Amino acid sequence: MAIRKNNQDILQELLLGKVSPGEPHAQEWIHRTLHYKTDRPVIYVATGTCSITAGALKTLSAIRQYLEERNITALVVETGCPGFCSAEPLVDIQLPGKNRLSFREITEEKVPFLLDDVLHRIIPTENLLGQYRNPLLDPWKDIPWLEEHPFYSIQRRIVMEKAGILDPLSLEEYIALGGYRGFIKTLEMYTPAEVCQLVEKSGLRGRAGGGFPVGTKWKTALLTPAPARYFVCNAQESDPGAFTDRLIIESNPHQLLEGLAIGAYAAGAGKAIVYIRSDYTLAIRRLQTALNKALEAGILGHNIFGSGISIDIEIRQGPGAFVCGEETALLASLEGKRGMPRQKPPYPAESGLNNRPTIINNTESLANIPAIVSRGPEWFASTGTAGSKGTKVFSLTGRVINSGIVEVPMGTTLYDIVFKAGEGIPGAKKCKALHIGGSVGYTLPPSLFHTPVDYEALKEAGAAMGSGGLLVFDENTCLVDMSNFFMHFMQKQSCGKCIPCREGTRRISQILDSIIRRPVEKNGHSTLERFKGVMQLESISTVMKETSLCGLGINAPNPVLSTLKWFRDEFEEHIFDRVCRAGVCTALRTFSIDADACTGCALCARKCPSNAIIGTERNPFFIVEDKCTACGICYDVCKFNAVIIKP
Amino acid sequence: MVFTIQVNNREIEARKGETILEALRRAGFEVPTLCNMKDFTPTGACRMCVVEVEGRQDLVPSCSHYVEEWMKISTHSPRVIKARRTITELLLSNHPDDCLYCEKNGNCELQKIAEEMHIRERKIPGSPVFIRPDRSSPGITREPAKCILCGRCVRVCEEIQQVATLDFIYRGSSIKVTPAFDHELNFSNCIQCGQCLLVCPTGALTEKVRFTELESKLHDASATVVAHYSPSVPLLLAEKFRLKPSADASGVLKAILSKLGFDRVYASAFGTEVFIMEEAALLLRRIRKNENLPVISSACPAWVSFAENEFPDLLPLLSTCRSPQQMASTLAKMHVSEDKTVKEPDKIFTVAISPCTARKYESQKPELTRKGLPETDLAISISELFRLIRLYGVDPLMVESEALPNGMKAITSAGRLSDISGGITEGVIRTFYFMATGKDLKEYRIEKLRNHKSRRDYTLKAGNHEYRFAVLSGLAMLPSLIEEIRSGKCNLHYVEIMACPGGCTAGGGQPSAPSQQILRQRAKDTFESEEKEILKCAHRSPEITELYEKKLGEPGGKKAVDLLHTHFTARNIFARK
Repeated sequence: MAIRKNNQDILQELLLGKVSPGEPHAQEWIHRTLHYKTDRPVIYVATGTCSITAGALKTLSAIRQYLEERNITALVVETGCPGFCSAEPLVDIQLPGKNRLSFREITEEKVPFLLDDVLHRIIPTENLLGQYRNPLLDPWKDIPWLEEHPFYSIQRRIVMEKAGILDPLSLEEYIALGGYRGFIKTLEMYTPAEVCQLVEKSGLRGRAGGGFPVGTKWKTALLTPAPARYFVCNAQESDPGAFTDRLIIESNPHQLLEGLAIGAYAAGAGKAIVYIRSDYTLAIRRLQTALNKALEAGILGHNIFGSGISIDIEIRQGPGAFVCGEETALLASLEGKRGMPRQKPPYPAESGLNNRPTIINNTESLANIPAIVSRGPEWFASTGTAGSKGTKVFSLTGRVINSGIVEVPMGTTLYDIVFKAGEGIPGAKKCKALHIGGSVGYTLPPSLFHTPVDYEALKEAGAAMGSGGLLVFDENTCLVDMSNFFMHFMQKQSCGKCIPCREGTRRISQILDSIIRRPVEKNGHSTLERFKGVMQLESISTVMKETSLCGLGINAPNPVLSTLKWFRDEFEEHIFDRVCRAGVCTALRTFSIDADACTGCALCARKCPSNAIIGTERNPFFIVEDKCTACGICYDVCKFNAVIIKP
Repeated sequence: MVFTIQVNNREIEARKGETILEALRRAGFEVPTLCNMKDFTPTGACRMCVVEVEGRQDLVPSCSHYVEEWMKISTHSPRVIKARRTITELLLSNHPDDCLYCEKNGNCELQKIAEEMHIRERKIPGSPVFIRPDRSSPGITREPAKCILCGRCVRVCEEIQQVATLDFIYRGSSIKVTPAFDHELNFSNCIQCGQCLLVCPTGALTEKVRFTELESKLHDASATVVAHYSPSVPLLLAEKFRLKPSADASGVLKAILSKLGFDRVYASAFGTEVFIMEEAALLLRRIRKNENLPVISSACPAWVSFAENEFPDLLPLLSTCRSPQQMASTLAKMHVSEDKTVKEPDKIFTVAISPCTARKYESQKPELTRKGLPETDLAISISELFRLIRLYGVDPLMVESEALPNGMKAITSAGRLSDISGGITEGVIRTFYFMATGKDLKEYRIEKLRNHKSRRDYTLKAGNHEYRFAVLSGLAMLPSLIEEIRSGKCNLHYVEIMACPGGCTAGGGQPSAPSQQILRQRAKDTFESEEKEILKCAHRSPEITELYEKKLGEPGGKKAVDLLHTHFTARNIFARK
């Protein structure tokens, strides 16, 4: 009990600046909290959603079992995922006095071998990522630094700085690493208008796609006279292939809470809401626990540290509709209505939730705020390009060797992200295209890979930053199929309110379907219909872009339009030659029977669902191409390998 | 603040705070819309109203965008036309192609726009959706396949009627407008007021028509078809066919109905007069006993349905009197069956004509039948009557007016106010005052009840007593009233509630939605026509006196209650099968 009280005291003193972190007793507390000074080995296991999928919980119990069986006292700490998702399950081990080591892909069965070695100070090179740099501890000899690992070497971390390092549920560790000091400093030193100015000065722009200056938005709400204001964090991330928000919250929920609290104070909002999709169960649980701990410590809530300022944070679960990420639909959902967007203006910063000024910021934008406040806007602005400051977090997925969350300074080229952090394409294949911005994003050809990550430069290249999804396509990806996938996703996720989006997405999906499907229709107009459809693609897309109600409809044709622009040849191949060069569109394959190999058993003819195979028994059979639906059953059933597929 | 904006190179006047569409319409520029409704918050769903604004990258929806001083607008540039045409084509891609067989043929906004856009082929092939039409409800037919999802019905049902039966469900192209849980309309909280029918731009919501049955009865020589019409029917007839102000609309209506084959024609207003007598007697009795107050009028079937669906605790407060139309049917059946010339009295077929769709539901209610047979055999709406007039080729302008037969003539003006919100209360007050004090009111006009507010209150002073009356026009003020009643703070004695804002003249059974201006004109005409009558009070009518003396006995007496009163039952709106 005495220790706990002491703990609380130091925590408060540190936050309120009564002791500097350099003072001996504070320093001792910090080192103890961060396990720098311990006589036991500390084993860190990353347990984010990605880690759990890779088997981290099994690894964790295997470690515990190992320690128990051998009667070894060691501290096991659960951390968030540091972003290197393809290397999960990640296990870090810190032996007393020595630098922390990071190991990749430690599945359950590898645990005993790893621990046998490491606990005896033998460092296996297999599965080793590197050692963390820490001036307080002794470095290992001849072991590479973690920061020099290709995945980390081009990264510069502000948002993800503490991800994977600390226990996401530990308030003490966050404070020991300097957390919440920015928030307390804000309350003590700045007026709301000054905070807005500070953020404006840092040059931080919204990370959700639009790129609107964050500080300016806050100021608009602050200057709109109103009896109440709201601050909403948009964590309704539902783009296929984007998982940055989830990881930020899972790995360091306190950082988001701090950013949100600073934002709420700056915008003059007493009430802040985190709108998070209900599927993110682990993130919600961690955020709620973090919030409870912060409330208990008096950092958030009513009359914070006697300053007279109250910030009430609520976590609200969204139903998981893609469109609820659109800000006006999000507000409707928060009001308990059906999540449908409304016409802007008025913008939410003027009239939003319950007709009060409401600021809506994306998770990543808010996670930048604590660093801006505690280290100053100049420090933040020193990273990045002229128009885009700071860093940008990408979720790198697709056909790439290292996938996961990559945070790079603005100005880094897409090429560097994919080929340096991502270490290129597996299997010595070529990179065909990059897709930036998720389902409403753009597909870029190799000629644009050297575009830097920068709002203006991307716009110039005909793309946009978007939500932070970065998909890598290799030669085995069919781009027509990909744009069809995105369009079907958009069609299902359109709210159905405005006609151009509802009917346009449906029509474009139909057109793309007709391109990648084999035409077997009775009326024989399918070729004409397909051709008509292609002629309509561009005009429907233009009307959708010009007239849709919200960003979803306006941007829905982007994947198709950009693919059509840069990969027109692939479309033409599908339409005219009926060939899919990647071999993905199975319906376009042609089947034939090798007359020499065919024994005339007639099995294929009997199994053919469309009666496309004709012939007489004991003689070679023949496939009527017009009738064939390319289902592939004949290929599967033939025992003599007589059926040949041409892609 | 007034300023000028440029539209198609012409300067027009615009006011701060209005939408572009409002400014354009005032200046005479025509912009097509499908989801826009006057006096409603714009939703911007259909995007038909887009215009090009100089300096804007995208087209701007004029219905939901506020006008600004710098604007240079073009309403029909090639870009705009192309967008509108594409949107229409997209809409038509999966719209059923059965215009010729559609209830809304010739009266359809989508049809009109498609014609204006000169769309002559289905350029965008779509898979036509087949969704089974919902014919479960007695008053309203729903054909979701024809729905263009403009959301007008949803807004009317929720914002004006506060019933909120209809809403969107599902997402993307699976989206549809349905009652809760995708039930049929009859298994929902729909009150069949028909306000949604008035705003639906296509044939997705139409009224249920029972034409065949009516026609077979009209042509059946052995059947006696008895029609009685609501006071607003002649009014709307005159309006629709532009009869001269001097023409006797009731007489013309009588003549038309005779031509159509109706054997007897009466005015429902007679039923209203009896209703007023019964209502006043009931009110007086409840006030004297001080029980079940306030008396809530049950003349509006849509409101009764709403109460049965959602406020079972208020049912004891409802007046047990049947609605005026039901009383008229009962009395007409009684009256006709006494006529010696009618050979087969069991073949009397009563038809109630009114601007109401809820009457269709009311006429089938089991509580309102006798020996299993409905008192009103068929309730038809004014739009059905107009259709019948067209079908039989009758030209109302060429018809000589005929006088109504004797008996059930409704000669007092009290009965004729019933289709205007507040009219019934005025009639009740006049008779109630007489019953309470034995004297007639000096000033029969009650101006406090004749305004256009959603709720009007009036206190009647009779001797030492004060009686408080309230009139609710539309259901907008209902929640606060219910709150008042439930909390026990309500000191009212009588409340009239009409589900349609403005009363029956705004009912769902007319061809198109009347504007506020037309509704006011209708009210004004009704009140003006009252001045021509000598008798203003129901109890002064010699017909009524005779009816009570010979047949019914006392108002509120046993015989009258048996014949003219009903009871109410709470309904579980989600019970299905």
